[in-house]
Amino acid sequence: MKQSIAYNVIQILFVLVFAPLYSGVLSRFKEIVQSKRGPSIFQPYRDLWKLFHKDEVVSSETTWIFRITPYLVFITPIFVATLIPVLTDYPLAFAFMGDMLAAGFFLALAGFFGALAAVDTGNPYGPMGASRTRMVGFLAEPVFMIVFFTVSFVAQSTIPYIVQQQWVVNAAEFFSPAHVLLLISFLMLILAEGGRIPVDNPSGHFELAMIDESKGLEFSGRGAALMKWGGQMKFIVLACIFLNVLLAPWGLADGHSAVQVIAAIPWILLKILIFAIVLVAIESSLSKLRLFRISEFLGAAFIASVAAMIVSIFVGA
Amino acid sequence: MHSALSVAQSLNTLCAGLVLICAFAMVATRQVQGVVRYFITQSLLLAASAFLLAFGEHIADLWALGAITIIAKVIVIPWVLKRTLSRELYIRREIEQALNIPASLLLALLLAIAAELLVGPIASAVTDPVVHVNLPLGLACVLIGGYSLIARRESIPQLIGILAMENGAFLAGIAIAAELPLIAELTVAFNVILISVVIGVLTRSIKQTIGTTQAGALTTLKEEPASWR
Repeated sequence: MKQSIAYNVIQILFVLVFAPLYSGVLSRFKEIVQSKRGPSIFQPYRDLWKLFHKDEVVSSETTWIFRITPYLVFITPIFVATLIPVLTDYPLAFAFMGDMLAAGFFLALAGFFGALAAVDTGNPYGPMGASRTRMVGFLAEPVFMIVFFTVSFVAQSTIPYIVQQQWVVNAAEFFSPAHVLLLISFLMLILAEGGRIPVDNPSGHFELAMIDESKGLEFSGRGAALMKWGGQMKFIVLACIFLNVLLAPWGLADGHSAVQVIAAIPWILLKILIFAIVLVAIESSLSKLRLFRISEFLGAAFIASVAAMIVSIFVGA
Repeated sequence: MHSALSVAQSLNTLCAGLVLICAFAMVATRQVQGVVRYFITQSLLLAASAFLLAFGEHIADLWALGAITIIAKVIVIPWVLKRTLSRELYIRREIEQALNIPASLLLALLLAIAAELLVGPIASAVTDPVVHVNLPLGLACVLIGGYSLIARRESIPQLIGILAMENGAFLAGIAIAAELPLIAELTVAFNVILISVVIGVLTRSIKQTIGTTQAGALTTLKEEPASWR
């Protein structure tokens, strides 16, 4: 039990430490594709350091919601990290506390408070971005649900550790259309939820076009740092769900010794690096969609997930 | 149940699923060129499905069938369309549809579910797992192709709708009647090419005389132009 909790702490540390690095690597790759040099991959760490050492300015018009939001945004991905397989392929201490739906709820909670805090400030750009994120959010919600339903049909469970075994044990299962369609729709979800390019431009600096970024405009100092770090952790957690549970559950530690758990870290990093290259390829070859085309993008994700469910119910049975 | 499938069979299932996705994509695409591209992809996947079944179940005819599919639908039909249609027509965007795209996609989804429900009882009478996959998905493709025939207003996507229906029938056909005489399949492939030549030429001349290819705009009778007399 003690050991299991210790491994959970290692998982959380992994997410905490490597989340900024991941976003640094992503933006560096993108700059390279655009024939620019780009900032160092360690720039996000420096940004966080700088923000933590700055004074925080909070408008006197805001309420307690504005104050607790950065902490919520920072903490929820950590909770999710205790529920999903980040480094080990056997369930750890808190794994049975909640399933993938719970992970979705945690992330939705952070999104909800983020939107409230943006409205709280009275800055005109905040509510605009908040309403847009909500639009993307409620379009993405049904896809999330259908994906989880399909997963539970196929694997008879929504606990990520059990789902992941489904694809490891059965190689023929890996190529089943239900699985492939699930992957397609979940990838589209990650792009939408992470604010990546066909839906939102993470490196855009034009307030009118922002979706996800404009929610954080009013935060400064420690609040801004926590919001930033939380966003980066959310993205790496989503990537971990996608890679370790759905796409490629290999390279995870299967032994119970500390050495094996530590040795799994480079493998996971390698997987995430490959995923980053794929993401950059997707982002660089597409342009940002017009706002009202986003419903079509997520509609396509919905169709893919429902098709996965049809195939898994009718064909699989 | 999945564990009972061989690798060839489960890859066939994957191909069949992707064929269905291509059918959805054809409904969702605005560009004529994009529709044609998805049709080519769908035909390639279809041929792959035929090859996998030929390999897995040792049916020699299916090798020939897959080859015929590739020649007719991947090479000849796109070439014919490109030759008969003007470039302006081929790259046109924003096809007007009777329903907007999300609604069309939802309807297509309902059609797919209806296909599963319709075929389910029939397929359950057969033990062959390939029938369970190909028959409902093939019928779904036929229905979705028929739907795009109704909803589209441009003639070329309508033609592709007909061809997509044929693709769906093919997908179902290779599962339930693999030993169909080759001559029948050859005839079908030849027919499909002829259809696309005829529709292509017709579209071109309609475009020349009336100035539009929107089937939805052709609602009123027009008097003969003076030049015809």
